[in-house]
Formats: sequence, C-alpha cells, structure tokens
Amino acid sequence: MKFTDGFIEVDGCRTHLRRGGSGQPLLYLHGASGAPAIMPFMERLAARFDVLVPEHPGYGLSDEPQWLENIHDAAYFYLDFLKRLNLQKAVVVGSSMGGWMALEMAVRDTSRIESLVLVGPAGIAAPGVHPADIFLMPPEEVIRSLFHDQKLAAQRLAEPVTPESLDIALKNRHTTARLAWEPRLHDPFLPKWLHRIDVPVKIVWGAQDRILPVAFAHQFKKFLPHAELHIMEHAGHLPQMEKPDAFCEIVCR
Amino acid sequence: MQIILFHLMPYADLDLEAGRKNGTVWVRLPNRHFDPQKGHRLYNRYLDELEYAEQLGFDAVSVNEHHQTAYGLMPSPIVTASALARRTKRVRIAILGSALPLREHPLMVAEEHAMIDVISGGRLISGFVRGIGAEYHSFGVNPTVSHERFHEAHDLIVRAWTEPGPFPFQGKHYSVQYVNLWPRPYQRPHPPIWIPSQGSKETIDWASHPERRYTYLQTFSPAKVVQRYLGMYRDRCSGYGYEAQDSQLGWAVPVYVADTDEQARREAKPHFEAFRNVFVKMPLEMLLPPGYTSRESLKNVMKAKAQMFGDVTIDQAIELGLFVCGSGKTVLKAFEAYWNDMRFGNLLVLCQFGTLPAELTRKNMEFFAREVMPRLKPL
Repeated sequence: MKFTDGFIEVDGCRTHLRRGGSGQPLLYLHGASGAPAIMPFMERLAARFDVLVPEHPGYGLSDEPQWLENIHDAAYFYLDFLKRLNLQKAVVVGSSMGGWMALEMAVRDTSRIESLVLVGPAGIAAPGVHPADIFLMPPEEVIRSLFHDQKLAAQRLAEPVTPESLDIALKNRHTTARLAWEPRLHDPFLPKWLHRIDVPVKIVWGAQDRILPVAFAHQFKKFLPHAELHIMEHAGHLPQMEKPDAFCEIVCR
Repeated sequence: MQIILFHLMPYADLDLEAGRKNGTVWVRLPNRHFDPQKGHRLYNRYLDELEYAEQLGFDAVSVNEHHQTAYGLMPSPIVTASALARRTKRVRIAILGSALPLREHPLMVAEEHAMIDVISGGRLISGFVRGIGAEYHSFGVNPTVSHERFHEAHDLIVRAWTEPGPFPFQGKHYSVQYVNLWPRPYQRPHPPIWIPSQGSKETIDWASHPERRYTYLQTFSPAKVVQRYLGMYRDRCSGYGYEAQDSQLGWAVPVYVADTDEQARREAKPHFEAFRNVFVKMPLEMLLPPGYTSRESLKNVMKAKAQMFGDVTIDQAIELGLFVCGSGKTVLKAFEAYWNDMRFGNLLVLCQFGTLPAELTRKNMEFFAREVMPRLKPL
C-alpha cells in the first residue's frame, strides 16, 4: 500500500502527514518515540481504512509551535486537524502518549470520532504502580523496555544514528518532557471527565509492558466500564509492532 | 580581590563504595546511607568552619542549594545563611544561589533573602541559579520551562525588593495580587546579585546586560574554560557599550594548601578524587534533562561525554586548573598567573571538598589565609 508523504498546516503548525488506503478515516496518534516510518500494521490497516499518520506538533518533521505547552493543546490541535481535513466518523488509534491525546480529544468532542482504540495509553495515574522513568533511563534502555521480543529491540538499536535522526530523537524527547514531565505521563483531572466519552472504546495492552505496566489497563477499565479490554500476551509497550496481525484484527473487528 | 570561603557541606561520611556502585550520589542513592547522628556532627562542624573563616580574614562566606544528594547537605541555604547571620559580625554572607525554578514561590525567596539582609545589617549577597539537571528529576519541576520560570521569578523578586508595595504582579507562572514585602531588604536598592554558572552564553548575555551587571561566577571548570567564559562576559559588556569591572567576575575553585607541593597532593588526593569521581558524578540523562539546556549544547556535551564523565586524577585536575593545590608559594603563583589572564575580582575557594576531614580542612584554611590570601587581596 502506497502512502503519500506531505505536510499540512493546522493551527499555524506545519504538520508532517503520511496518508494511505481508502475507506473510513483512521487517525493514528503515535507515542513518545514518534512515527518515523510506515510500519507493517499501518499498511495492513490501509487495506481497510483511509489511514492518516501525522507527526505531532513538536515531533519528527513537524513544527514546534510556541503554543504547545501541555497535552490539552495537543488535543485541541487534533480536534482542529479532524475539522481541517473534514474527517467524519474517524477511528482514532492512539499509542501511549498518542492514546492520552485521543482520550483528551474525546472528553472534549466526539462529533467527528466514531471509536477509539487505545494502545497502552498514558493519561491517568494508578495506585501503587508507576510508569518507567523514560527520562532517566539511557536511550538504549528505553528501547529495550519498549519491546517484549528483544530481537525487535536489537533491530531498533542496530539502526544507524545519523545527525538527522539524533536531532529528531532529541526533539521528540523535548516535546515529551514538555507535555508529560510533571505530572508524569498523566493528567490528574482527566478521570473526572472520562465518562463524557460516548463512543466505543477498545483498550489494547501488552501483558509484558515495561513502560506502562498492565495494571494501568485495569485502572482505565474502572473509569471506562464499557470499554473492551484486550490484553495481548508476549507483547510489550507496542503490541501494534510486536503482534501486528492480532492487533489489526482487534481494530477491524 | 574579594576572597570568599565557599562550602558545599557534602556528606563526608558517605560510604564511597555505595556511591560508586550506585553510579551517582544524586537522585537515587538510597537515603538509608544518611546517618542523622553523623549529619548532626557534620552540620555543626561545617558551620564552625564557615564561622572560622571570619576569624581568618576572609571577606565573605558562601553557601548554596542542592537537593536529595550526598554532594551537598543544604537543600535550603536559607537555613545555613540564617545561622551564619547571627554567628558572624563582619563577613558578607553569600547565597550562591537559591534555585529559583525549584522553589514553589519566588516571593518566599524575596522574603527570606530580605530577612537575612536585615538581620545581618546588609551583609547578604544574593545568588540565583536554576538548580542543576538532577534536581529537576528530584523535584518534578518541568525542565522545559526552567528558563522561563527562572526569569519570571527573578523579575518578581527584584520588583518586590525595589518597588513600593503593594502592587500586583501578573506572570505566566506566578500571579500575586499584592506584592508588599515586609521586611524590605537592608541594602539599597537591593542586595548584590551574583549568578553562578557552569558556563552558558545565554546566562552571560543576560547577567552582563547593562540593566543588571550581575556578577558572573564560573564554577568548578578547567581554568581554560573559566578564562573563555569570563572573556566572553567582558566581550559581551563591550558589546553593550560599557567596560566590565573586575568585581563583575568570579571563579569558584577547590583549593588545597600545605607545607610542600608533595604533601599537599598526598593529603588532598583521596578526598579530591572522592569529590570529583564520586560526589560530582552523574549520568548524562540526569545532568541534562530535556529543555534544561538548548539541544545544541546538549549535543556538544554528548560529544565530550567520555572526557566529561570519566574519572580524573588529582594530577590531571591540577594540570587542568580544575583544582589548585600545592605549597603556599605554588598556589599563590598559580592564582597570580590566572588573575593576570582573567582579572576576576572575586575568588571563591572551596577549602573542604569530598571527604576532607575537619583537621585537614582547618589546616588548609589556615595555610591559605596566611600564605596566599594576603597577597591576593590587593590585586
């Protein structure tokens, strides 16, 4: 499946956007490490959906707008993004930080959203469990902790570091800190409003997630009692990459 | 030249092996390694050392702020400066500095500094810093807003010290309906402000600005680096259209003086190396969280990583001018030569470092005060 690669401007932010497939729109919101490439799961989803893979403001090749100061800014940006492209009935799939953005969007306005698929989302706190400290871990350790299958981590670590990829990694890290340093990876006021989410929600979690342990999934289930919960065995923080077939099957179901 | 005794108040009783094994004594060294009984003795010993500096003829004594670390036991320099304000009569008291972005409210800093200034009869030197990277991990304060919080806090403090209250202050991080400081500072318009830094162009541009002319202190850096940044400060002043006074420049450096060069090196070696290779050490991610510096500076540090994060021996440190050590004659000669190159008007000497025990610290202070200080002061 061929993805187009270009830029659109939303809220004054030149935003890098890849788009492929046709059908119902599916907006993929990446996590803290960005969306540097089209992954196999995106290709598979493009067989059924019009898949949009933007890089968030402050990430990858997108601008770093002055106005981006917290996760709410990112949520309003993506609501404007849906409007700007006149997307209707979008499936919003968000991984980790992107899952948090999807939640913040949906408590505000679901008029253009048909459903949410949250993949190991950040966004809330859970008693007695803490996210890994991604800011204090050396970058190699973060990558090892992302995957259950260490072969995938080794592949990722073997990718050559270019000046451009280093710049992007530092930029992504900066924006992640801006949005999620404190309170760490969550919004203490979000749980109050999760009941406003009036569209179907699927929560997908890697059973071996070492960044946001699966206990967070159960905490989400308390606030979103109607959500479907899919815990995937032999997967870490990015089940969409470790188990693309099973993941796409859940999204399409 | 003004000579200031600077103290970090490290936890000198630290189990060094535990510190080494943990990789750093910052942020995550379990606090079971702190023994309050030993802490009690250390605090009182260190305060005695600072008070002794007045007797020895130092111009000022200096304390600073560090959090959740064996490197320094002064989470609040206000506490130590307050004790010194009552126990000393003549020396100036320098807080170098209060970590503005880490403090919940800058008005507290303005008030506490004003109190010490009034209690001491105008002997306070105020220093402002951002806190080091590790402290953003310890405190949770977002490092990407560190600069803007620092500047806004600074503006609020200086206005609170100088403008008639009450007046409202509306900032992005701090909003106060009634800024109305009781007490106002003793010194007019306000206590001198010094800016300690590990070296940053942005800080130099800001501190040297004609509206501020704050004294810039380069802390614990190789002499060449000190010279580069002090030179940059002077150049910046010329760029602003005025000539920097020597009193606008300072250097903070560990010093050890004994009878002979050989004896000084032998006595200082284990304690200096513990300071440099255990107490100071921390991984890159801890030192420079995202946004604490520009990404360009961060990349430069990443390039120099091996050099910056490796161990340094006492001999290498002396060679680099990271440490000034030797007989009185050697140390005096070294400082005269450095002064000829840099013309700093303030010298902050760290006479206790790492695990240096009480007896050697006092001996060091006495040697320095007797054999070095009198010849430097007239410079």
